[in-house]
Amino acid sequence: MRRNLWIGAVLVGLNAAVAALTLVWLPYGPTEMSGGRLSPPSWAHPAGTDRLGRDYLTQVMIGARIAMTVGIGAALLGGLIGTTLGVLAAFARRGLDDALAATLDILIAFPTLLLAMLVVAASDGASLWTAILAIGLAMSAIIARLVRILTKRVLAQDYITAARCSGLGWGKITIAHILPNILPTVMVAVALQFGLAVIAEASLSYLGLGTPPPNASWGQLLQQAQSTVFRAPMGVIAPGLALISLVLGINFLADGLRDLMDADEEIQP
Amino acid sequence: MSLLQVQDLTVSAGARELVHGVSFDLRPGERLGLVGESGSGKSLTAMAIVGLLAPGLTAGGSVLLDGQQMIGRPDRDLVRLRGAVASVVFQDPRSALDPLMRLGDQLAAPIRRRAVREGRALSSAQLRAEQIRWLDRVAIPEPDRILRAWPHEVSGGQRQRIAIAMALACGPRLLIADEPTTALDVSSQAEVLDLLGGLVRDEGLSLLFISHDLPVVARICDRVVVMRQGRAVEEGPTARVFTDPQDPYSQGLVAAARRLQSALENPA
Amino acid sequence: MSLFSLQDVSYAYPRGDTVLHDVSLSLETGQNLGILGESGSGKSTLLRLMLGLAAPSDGTLSADGTPLDIHSRARMQAHRRFAQPVFQDPYTSLDPRMRIGRALAEPHAALGLPGDAQAEIARVLAAVNLPQDSTLRRPRAFSGGQRQRIAIARALIARPRVLLADEPVSALDLSTRVRVIDLLAELSRDLTLVLVSHDIAIVAALCPRLIVLQHGRVVEAGETRQILRDPQHDYTRMLLSSLPRLPDSKETAR
Repeated sequence: MRRNLWIGAVLVGLNAAVAALTLVWLPYGPTEMSGGRLSPPSWAHPAGTDRLGRDYLTQVMIGARIAMTVGIGAALLGGLIGTTLGVLAAFARRGLDDALAATLDILIAFPTLLLAMLVVAASDGASLWTAILAIGLAMSAIIARLVRILTKRVLAQDYITAARCSGLGWGKITIAHILPNILPTVMVAVALQFGLAVIAEASLSYLGLGTPPPNASWGQLLQQAQSTVFRAPMGVIAPGLALISLVLGINFLADGLRDLMDADEEIQP
Repeated sequence: MSLLQVQDLTVSAGARELVHGVSFDLRPGERLGLVGESGSGKSLTAMAIVGLLAPGLTAGGSVLLDGQQMIGRPDRDLVRLRGAVASVVFQDPRSALDPLMRLGDQLAAPIRRRAVREGRALSSAQLRAEQIRWLDRVAIPEPDRILRAWPHEVSGGQRQRIAIAMALACGPRLLIADEPTTALDVSSQAEVLDLLGGLVRDEGLSLLFISHDLPVVARICDRVVVMRQGRAVEEGPTARVFTDPQDPYSQGLVAAARRLQSALENPA
Repeated sequence: MSLFSLQDVSYAYPRGDTVLHDVSLSLETGQNLGILGESGSGKSTLLRLMLGLAAPSDGTLSADGTPLDIHSRARMQAHRRFAQPVFQDPYTSLDPRMRIGRALAEPHAALGLPGDAQAEIARVLAAVNLPQDSTLRRPRAFSGGQRQRIAIARALIARPRVLLADEPVSALDLSTRVRVIDLLAELSRDLTLVLVSHDIAIVAALCPRLIVLQHGRVVEAGETRQILRDPQHDYTRMLLSSLPRLPDSKETAR
């Protein structure tokens, strides 16, 4: 059963392709007032225009680029910091490990969004990078807790003791035995977090804490279109559908990856 | 009249058949050993008899337990039959007991079920007397302390004895024991084994004993079925099968067990 | 000179229970030693100390004539070449994601062993009677008995003089068990075996010398033959008498 993987790959692939396309081509300039105010969908403007007469499709496409950038950036940042912290915590002495575990639990108890808002507030105003940093840091706590548990489980296996008796130091054991055994699970978790990061970014920018205009993210588009939702429903539907397609796609992809891994565990010689 | 009649029992996982038509009988009061190595299908056979196969596994053929067909029956009926007719003791006593429930409460459940089934009213004083009687029967000292204790507070041997008491307190006529002593230390293994044998004899129960350990089976069973890769390859009285096996596979198994044992007479 | 010499060795967990009390033993070349004990006897802890995975809280432990200092990297690298472990559970003693070839090459590289790695891998696979193309597969492709052979092969790469085996056959099926015991017997012509087990029959099959551990103390020590014939300690007697046996046959009487 690879259906999940395929659906996920197609949806995420589509979003990624659109995001890549925006680097070289857009239907209109991001700030170009190319049509009437709040005009309904037409051949010239398939998703209509906003109240300043700017093309909606263009903005949704730019939104895809921002969503992908924030998602990938936060996933990479959170995955790297989280994995490093988690492995270190698993190796740490009992007292330090307990302290780290408690800190992670407290961090996780904070909603991602709240944590992200704190980072944005502490830094110098909202930008793409503060969003990535904020969401990535919140994500790293969740990944770190998972990695710590996975690492401890691997450390308890006899093959780790065997590796020590084979003369390997802890650094080599981490690279040769621990990481290969925890990474598949960590990757699925990071993929799921990627989806949550896209939602978190949309929420942040909906609250005005995301990327500043004119490079609007989907959350900001939703917020702007909110007041005119009855006159121009496409302003909400277009970014909403885009957001759903990406998040759903990522979740399918993560599920598919997990299925693939489970099958791999069973069959792989 | 057999208490248990297994005819052409098959167990399949999807299209793959794991047990290929096993047949045997078990008379009241008889103690039958199901012997085999890993992958022989001995545990699957036992679980199919009481309808406790894992999801994804299906049983075929016929299993008559006390005259009732067990194969293809809805689980609702099986629940009633398990306990009333047959109950099971598993290998790992830790997983058979609920870690978050005091031992006394766990032991009370089968006693209450049996009273309901037999239409008896059970006062709390009677319940307590029954609990203490069962602990005494499985040779557990200090019943007051044990009834209040949690599973992790007692030793592995004691846990397994309590699991046996729970299985017997349902009032079954057949006890199925799946490697009940494998997880125990040598010293408690012998105690639990002798205890199990004695209880089965005293209560007049039938015993279906699943094990890979030939000497253990020799100690407790009258008759054995040797299984290999989902088939019964030999059946007969324990003394005969373990001294004069006929099937080549049983011969190999008995020879291996004898070789291990011979080291005791003639060490390195 | 003794391969191992333990003098009044005790071990206590940091801020915890003492699991070994004043254990003394010596291991002589060619004299396989059995350590008999049940769960909680401290037998596995004793093996960890001998492997240098932990240091005794008290007493002295010498290997190959010199005290073992687990904080000295050079001393420990030498010790790894001197003594190698075999574990109980062949399902957790091999990294599921590592092909056998890499798993066998690992100690060769990490210990800086002489000789060509591929030739050494071929040698140890032959020694445990496994096909040479086993190197291409992962642990999943092998049965429990085969995995235990692979684990033994990994231990043999270092050409150790002592093999420290913790219940090496108790997770195996009966017929496989006999074959692995045969293999260990064959190997102990060239190296000395320390065998930890709760099963007196397996210890008797391989070890002419025996110590019995109970609650972290040696309660009986001596020749296996002597102890089996005339056990001195109640605990040993109990272990022997509680062992179930097969009914006598004409074959064994012969």
